[in-house]
Amino acid sequence: MLQNIDLVIEAGSFVALLGPSGCGKSTLLRFISALDQPASGSISISASADESVGARTKLAFVFQDAQLLPWRTVLDNVALPLELQGTSRAEARERARAPLAEVELNDVHERFPDQLSGGMRMRVSIARALVTEPSVLLLDEPFAALDELTRQRLDERLRKLWQSRRMTVIFVTHALAEAAFLAERALVMSRRPGRIVLDHRLELPEERSSELRANADFAAQTALLYRALQQHGAFDDGSHTRSDA
Amino acid sequence: MTDASFKPGSARALVSSALPPALTFAIVMVLWEGVVRAFSVPRFLVPPPSDVLSAVWTERAPLAGALLTTAQGAVLGFLLSASLGTTVGLAFSLSRWLERGLYPYALFLQTVPIVAVAPLLVLWFGPGLRAVAVSAFIVSVFPIIANTLAGLRSVDPRLSDLFRLYGAKLGDTVLKLRLPTAIPSMMTGLKVASGLSVIGAIVGEFVAGFSEGSAGLGITVLAAYRQLRTDLLFAAVLLASLLGLLLFALVSGLSGLLLRRLRAPG
Repeated sequence: MLQNIDLVIEAGSFVALLGPSGCGKSTLLRFISALDQPASGSISISASADESVGARTKLAFVFQDAQLLPWRTVLDNVALPLELQGTSRAEARERARAPLAEVELNDVHERFPDQLSGGMRMRVSIARALVTEPSVLLLDEPFAALDELTRQRLDERLRKLWQSRRMTVIFVTHALAEAAFLAERALVMSRRPGRIVLDHRLELPEERSSELRANADFAAQTALLYRALQQHGAFDDGSHTRSDA
Repeated sequence: MTDASFKPGSARALVSSALPPALTFAIVMVLWEGVVRAFSVPRFLVPPPSDVLSAVWTERAPLAGALLTTAQGAVLGFLLSASLGTTVGLAFSLSRWLERGLYPYALFLQTVPIVAVAPLLVLWFGPGLRAVAVSAFIVSVFPIIANTLAGLRSVDPRLSDLFRLYGAKLGDTVLKLRLPTAIPSMMTGLKVASGLSVIGAIVGEFVAGFSEGSAGLGITVLAAYRQLRTDLLFAAVLLASLLGLLLFALVSGLSGLLLRRLRAPG
């Protein structure tokens, strides 16, 4: 379902992967994270310079709908990846505090996921991804189920997290404005079999605040992505409005 | 309601949940008593509830002994099912080969006519508690295996991905993901099994219950039948049902506590 994808993503960049539903965006993420293997071809991730000890490049994945364990508290959910990698429970819990502070969830450590709002659950999910200090962060339509305002706030937060940590971020979305707001580089994929039909470096300032969304440059960039999607059969029945822009 | 931890609404909740079945019971009893008396139904066919209650009272010592004996067999069989059934379900979930190889034979335990096998149990285990417990086990183990397996298999694939992504060891995946996910389903299996274990014990007693000690409720039923003591027969059946209900209530209570801790719905 993917075809001739030849792609190099620089370490520390923020890439948005756009495309119609079912084009293989998520599959590509699963290949990158080695959750699935491609039938042919290869994917390699070269470790950045500071990772002489860990050897393996640390990778984290944020799924749609947070995917927290309902029987674990917020703190224990964030500590989970460390526990799974062999860190003691006590130490894992201790180290889980920092990423929770980064997403500004200091006062809900002992709450359970069903006591949080959708946006808060998503922040816990991001904190869980950050706890292992990943050098590559993959996000698969993470905010798709949230309301527009919550989504915009999370976008702004994610952008800031990336600026402070400079990890490589690959963000799958079908929302044009979200892609334009977040990324340095946007890749637009065609319908199945998925190919990359546009590889565009967004011409937007480094500092992006919420005012940017009302900016003419921003609208122009979003329109550019829209045209690429439209040209390659994303909106096939003609009745489509611009999906989530 | 002296318990201070009771929530204000819970007394009313208790009444609203307990009152309807209690009312049904009272109405049925009154109707039953009335019909039996009005139409002079022979007592050896259908005794009035008052006869049954008085049989429970006058025969209280042997009935209590029989209840205790049956309870032992049922509880022992249930514990056997719970431990073995959960273990087998877990083993099946870990190995497709094991599951394919053995599941049909586990199903056999479900379909085998227990009355027909009971004589074998007497031959193998001797009459008495052991054969009765094994009978209770055979009848109650399959729902536990099936529900444990279904529960362990119902893990959200994205959570499985998460665990794989961090290179989780099998032990961690089982303890921290699969078992907590499976518990609601396992509890359903245990609840079903708790009732079945009493049935299995009674059936077992019909064939294997002649031990040197006190006889169980199944034996009471047989003896009462031979003497046409239908009131006593009803009394024994009543106690057997109450025993099943009690076991079910115990397992349900335990399950409720566990599910609340796991924040699972239901």
